[in-house]
Amino acid sequence: MHLAILTSRIRVEEKLLFAAMRGITYEVIDDGELLLDLAQPDERWRTFDAVLCRSVSQSRGLAMLYVLESWGVPVFNAAAVTATCNDKLLTTLALLRAGVPVPRTLLAFAPEPALRGIETLGYPAVLKPVTGSWGRLLARINDRDAAEAVLEHQETLGSYQHRIHYIQEYVDKPLRDIRAFVVGERTICAIYRNSAHWITNTARGATASNCPVTPELNDLCVRAARAVGGGILAIDVLEDQERGLLVNEINATMEFRNSIAPTGVDIPGAILDYVRASVEAGRVLTLSGEGRR
Amino acid sequence: MALCPECEAEIVLTDVLVGEIVYCPDCNAELEVLNVETPQLALAPQVEEDWGE
Repeated sequence: MHLAILTSRIRVEEKLLFAAMRGITYEVIDDGELLLDLAQPDERWRTFDAVLCRSVSQSRGLAMLYVLESWGVPVFNAAAVTATCNDKLLTTLALLRAGVPVPRTLLAFAPEPALRGIETLGYPAVLKPVTGSWGRLLARINDRDAAEAVLEHQETLGSYQHRIHYIQEYVDKPLRDIRAFVVGERTICAIYRNSAHWITNTARGATASNCPVTPELNDLCVRAARAVGGGILAIDVLEDQERGLLVNEINATMEFRNSIAPTGVDIPGAILDYVRASVEAGRVLTLSGEGRR
Repeated sequence: MALCPECEAEIVLTDVLVGEIVYCPDCNAELEVLNVETPQLALAPQVEEDWGE
């Protein structure tokens, strides 16, 4: 198999993938160097059996997935899956449609109804931008003063995206959340992300420890992955004392450097095995219909 | 040997790939490897709003 790895920069994850290629030939393509004639697909792309998107820029990565799918080039993950996961609103809607439990979430487009939404959920509540990652610009709103201040900041300092007020109940989790890795139809491993801070991204300093994949966790995460279209996905799960496991977010271009040692699972190897098996079985979705699942 | 574009420290690049990020041992600037055959470094781009998982 000949694979293209689309990157914006080479992180630890990309180096781990290169080291796990085991008989797969590959080329690294920097998204910053691309110029694409949309009506004339570059024949170079047809030399690849698949393209694995690892762009750290979600905008560039998603644009490339759309272009490559239109050209009939198999991609991982599919553009529609990535578009859903890149947007917290679309993710929540997909999970709700599939009956996957999520934190209660409200949406507003102006400060006054947003404030009413926050007070409907009660303090503390959480405001998030619908796009963004690594825990950026998440705000736990502890009181009305904070609500008014953050809403004013969103309205005044943000782009229009920040004026889409995605308001979520604060789940009083036990100083950790769960990051589960789903590849295809299986949760291959999971970690607890432990932090005294309410934001538990490892990018923000949380530490990782192994989380056993119980049948309940596997079932929930596989259902969540299917809800957004499936593929190679990292599912963020919150533990609620009364309701049990709630799916918070899903990541389509997951980072895994801190999860291999605590779980003992070869995550990059599993990703590449899945890509190879999907290509060989013709289970790759493309907009042109080639190899449609 | 490459020069840090921030402080001009001489940096030896070993076992790195184009596109990888390294840190200047003198000034701690975040640097992107542009070329490994003719070692070349540039200041790494700042994290953009759309970067993530």
